[in-house]
Amino acid sequence: MRNYDKLIFELSKPGRKAYKLPELDVEDKEIKDLIPEEFLSDAELDFPELSEVDVVRHYTNLSNKNYGVDTGFYPLGSCTMKYNPKINEDAIRLDGFANLHPLQPADCIQGALQLMYELDRSLCEISGMDKMSLQPAAGAHGELTGIMVIKAYHEKNGDFKRDKIIVPDSAHGTNPATAAMAGYKIIEIKSNKHGLVDVEALKAVVGDDTAGLMLTNPNTLGIFEKEIKEIAKVVHDAGGQLYYDGANANAILGQARPGDMGFDVVHFNLHKTFSTPHGGGGPGAGPIGVKKHLEEFLPVPVVQKDGDRYYLDYNVPHTIGKVKDFFGHFGILVRAYTYILTMGSDGLKKASTMAVLNANYMANKLKEYYNLPIDTLFKHEFVLGGLKDPLSEVTTLDIAKRLLDLGYHPPTVYFPLIINQAIMVEPTETESKETLDEFIEAMIQIANEAEENPQLLKEAPHNTIVSRPDETRAARNPVLKYEG
Amino acid sequence: MKVMKDLYYTKDHEWVKVEGDLAFVGIADFAQSSLGDIVYVELPEVDDEFDKEEAFGAVESVKAASDVFMPIGGKVVEVNEELIDDPALLNSDPYENWMIKIEIKDKAELDELMTSEEYEKFLAEEE
Amino acid sequence: MMYPYIPTTHEDEQEMLKSIGLNSLDELFSDIPEEFRLKRDLDLPKSKSELEVRSYLTQLANKNCSTSEMTCFLGAGAYDHYIPSIINHIISRSEFYTSYTPYQPEISQGTLQYIFEFQTLICRLTGMDVANASLYDGGTAVTEAALMAAAHSRKDELLISKTVRPETRQILKTYAHSQNLKVIEVEMADGVTDLEDLESKVGDNTAAVIVQSPNFFGILEDLQATGEIAHKAKKAVFIASVDPISLAILKKPAELGVDVVVGEAQGMGIPLSFGGPYLGFIAAKNPFLRKLPGRIVGETVDKDGKRSYVLTLTAREQHIRREKATSNICSNQGLNVLAATIYMVTMGKEGLKEVALQSAKKAHYAFEKITASGKYKPLFNKPFFKEFAVTSDIDPETITAALKEENIIGGYNLGKDYPQLEKAVLYAVTEKRTKEEIDKLCSVLEGIK
Repeated sequence: MRNYDKLIFELSKPGRKAYKLPELDVEDKEIKDLIPEEFLSDAELDFPELSEVDVVRHYTNLSNKNYGVDTGFYPLGSCTMKYNPKINEDAIRLDGFANLHPLQPADCIQGALQLMYELDRSLCEISGMDKMSLQPAAGAHGELTGIMVIKAYHEKNGDFKRDKIIVPDSAHGTNPATAAMAGYKIIEIKSNKHGLVDVEALKAVVGDDTAGLMLTNPNTLGIFEKEIKEIAKVVHDAGGQLYYDGANANAILGQARPGDMGFDVVHFNLHKTFSTPHGGGGPGAGPIGVKKHLEEFLPVPVVQKDGDRYYLDYNVPHTIGKVKDFFGHFGILVRAYTYILTMGSDGLKKASTMAVLNANYMANKLKEYYNLPIDTLFKHEFVLGGLKDPLSEVTTLDIAKRLLDLGYHPPTVYFPLIINQAIMVEPTETESKETLDEFIEAMIQIANEAEENPQLLKEAPHNTIVSRPDETRAARNPVLKYEG
Repeated sequence: MKVMKDLYYTKDHEWVKVEGDLAFVGIADFAQSSLGDIVYVELPEVDDEFDKEEAFGAVESVKAASDVFMPIGGKVVEVNEELIDDPALLNSDPYENWMIKIEIKDKAELDELMTSEEYEKFLAEEE
Repeated sequence: MMYPYIPTTHEDEQEMLKSIGLNSLDELFSDIPEEFRLKRDLDLPKSKSELEVRSYLTQLANKNCSTSEMTCFLGAGAYDHYIPSIINHIISRSEFYTSYTPYQPEISQGTLQYIFEFQTLICRLTGMDVANASLYDGGTAVTEAALMAAAHSRKDELLISKTVRPETRQILKTYAHSQNLKVIEVEMADGVTDLEDLESKVGDNTAAVIVQSPNFFGILEDLQATGEIAHKAKKAVFIASVDPISLAILKKPAELGVDVVVGEAQGMGIPLSFGGPYLGFIAAKNPFLRKLPGRIVGETVDKDGKRSYVLTLTAREQHIRREKATSNICSNQGLNVLAATIYMVTMGKEGLKEVALQSAKKAHYAFEKITASGKYKPLFNKPFFKEFAVTSDIDPETITAALKEENIIGGYNLGKDYPQLEKAVLYAVTEKRTKEEIDKLCSVLEGIK
């Protein structure tokens, strides 16, 4: 069914039904006797009419057009595409979790609150922070919440002139977008030739207008910011706060903690580091952790414990308010806590160790065939800079598309922006040496093909159901819904 | 890169063509070429007023987007609606296809811009 | 020790270390300054077997009261609608849930196509021109729409009715503070937005007028009249937050002058799950096409002319525009989009209407019956959809406790958010409730002293 190409609307046939509801058992009044006619629509709803079999076959066919971690290797840098354990999926479907209304009284939700409290404590221990907010819905949302907390801190100190957030040029795009959304101006500082924050450049831009620095450590090149102590000192001496973007936290579990390095706020991407599935784009979760001095600004409610009772605490003195409905992506929190319980302190440390081992093994093998602009000890990922031959017409995009033919999800490409023709590889700890070796072989094959038959790469992919859809056409004349 | 004579240029690769108290504003060849296939042009509304160096619109390709800044301050008197329907016009001839027509606020601001000769030199140095 | 999710054997380790030129695993972390190396184990329990983990989590889950064991009349933003079996089966296909954002269209046509179908369904439901691939939830969707309106109008006053869900207003205030935008609340009169008060507050600085319908009290707002007032301010954007299920029978927001429609789609196939993850949506008229926050999927053709789908209009987004992006959002609710899409096509043309009609009819039956004896009085006298509020002399906490004794999850205590509405309780009735359950609710309520 590779060639299946129907939209669900094209399967519709008048009269078909995929549902059956119980007969209405209360008196059947005319709706216009209950709701005044001026509110009611007399038009039919333009939805398809299908049988249950139609729906199941359609979406099963669509699933066959997708590639997931369960399909194969997914070395997507910065995204930590590790295996998504099946027990996590079972856990969220437990009746007491799946069918729990968020507004029930405290004695009906003790199990949920206990789970959240224990997850809060676990993430604090892992990060070296004092208190978490589990509310943010995603990494970018965690960043925004964290920066709002920093803003509230400065405002409480009457420090209103701090209107700038400093971001390295290697940062994820969400960092500057977040800071702008929180009302800050952005100062970008250049990385030095080792791919690290240039401390002198940082010193030159900090001042009494610095609200904070957003830093990913290890950074997006997969390199640990060795001068973190000095960086923290420069920022703190200037009166700023230090924000830890936890996108790369998979490299340091049980090895080092952002809280010990001087960070004031961190966020974790539970869908990266803590194995919750990416779901084709979401939902994820981006809890934040803060040091003691920032606890009083966290969004409400936070989960607290009193004796053996758990409760939602709305009494946070200088809270920024609320950043989302209810208490966060509970279903994602359950999965992440299931993972932490399963792995334990020993398993988490082992995961980071193997993630780092795998990355260094691959970098070392691939650098013979591809540019490795910064060759050093890596953490969980590394960034190649395209083919060795500077004159080759084969680009990173072509390499990525050719990998599709060979059965792989390509690495992250053209990011970070500071590396020309960037190919960012993150193997994670859940891949075997055999898988890594096969992928390395595929990359070597492509490097050879680039010399022998570049056209093959320029026209790749050849084996996929569609090939290089026309993005210019899509953007020039947007067709965003089915008009049939 | 093509540079048109008798226009004024900015370092952000916008051009201005002065006609009496009015002026046309657009993007230079260098700008369209570095963006690639332009898929969308965002324009202001007539009567909007902008200061020099304020963003008045944007041009987007699939993989990039760039704000377009006022080379000089002024009030918008006309926008080039054709670009909305056919943004590729900016790729085919960025000098023929102006973006906005403005009423100049202060002609002295023109002195701070580059002449076509200066802009050519600027481009050469950039490369 | 070996772990189920980590395949590297001791032998592999040694071979790989040798290939890199290192002697020990510890050397892999030699770049972390010594003082920051954690020299102890994390203070967490050791790893556990699947059996132990499952048993512990089951214990925790069993401490909660689920809506499958108790009868739920609680709503206030999260609803106990029926979820067809096929949803869980399809979203459990790991080709869907273990995939990433569809940045590589060649191997993501499944995800891209269902998002395109979702956008189409949301447009058909709301009557709007464009919809995006979803936002975090209904509350943040209101805020994203408001921020879009402020950017679009280049004005700074956000007018929001007090009949909008209180948590939604809190989220808006939190975000607005960061951007120096002003949130101005519009008073309510007899359970709906006070249009006179609105008229007095709409002015030159109005960026957006935001209402919810059915509103927090379940009451239908006069969208048409509200929109006419909102549009008196030049460039002001009229935003309505709606219950998508209600739109199967109600007039479409697009016909009533709404510029941007947002809402929470949890009721369409997504479990209550203690408040999340849910599914926010946003749909708008054409002029907002390139201002929408978040992801959008578009149709195109591939190099052989074959119909295919891609993420499009990405130049608005954070990974390209960085600090100039329309929003910092870089995810959508992927898997929940799939759940809601399957829900909408499974219920289809007739089914969604039947859910809406049954919910409304059962809610009205419950309302009549609860208020029949006079012990509980209607809080407002206005047309409602599936939720209504009643008031009495009895303390809401007492009511909740008495209902719990009888295995019923009672309504929402409105006094928590509206001090003037102390002793008022908001009940939600979906198509899942039976006459027997409603009759039992009424008889327990009657019996409370």
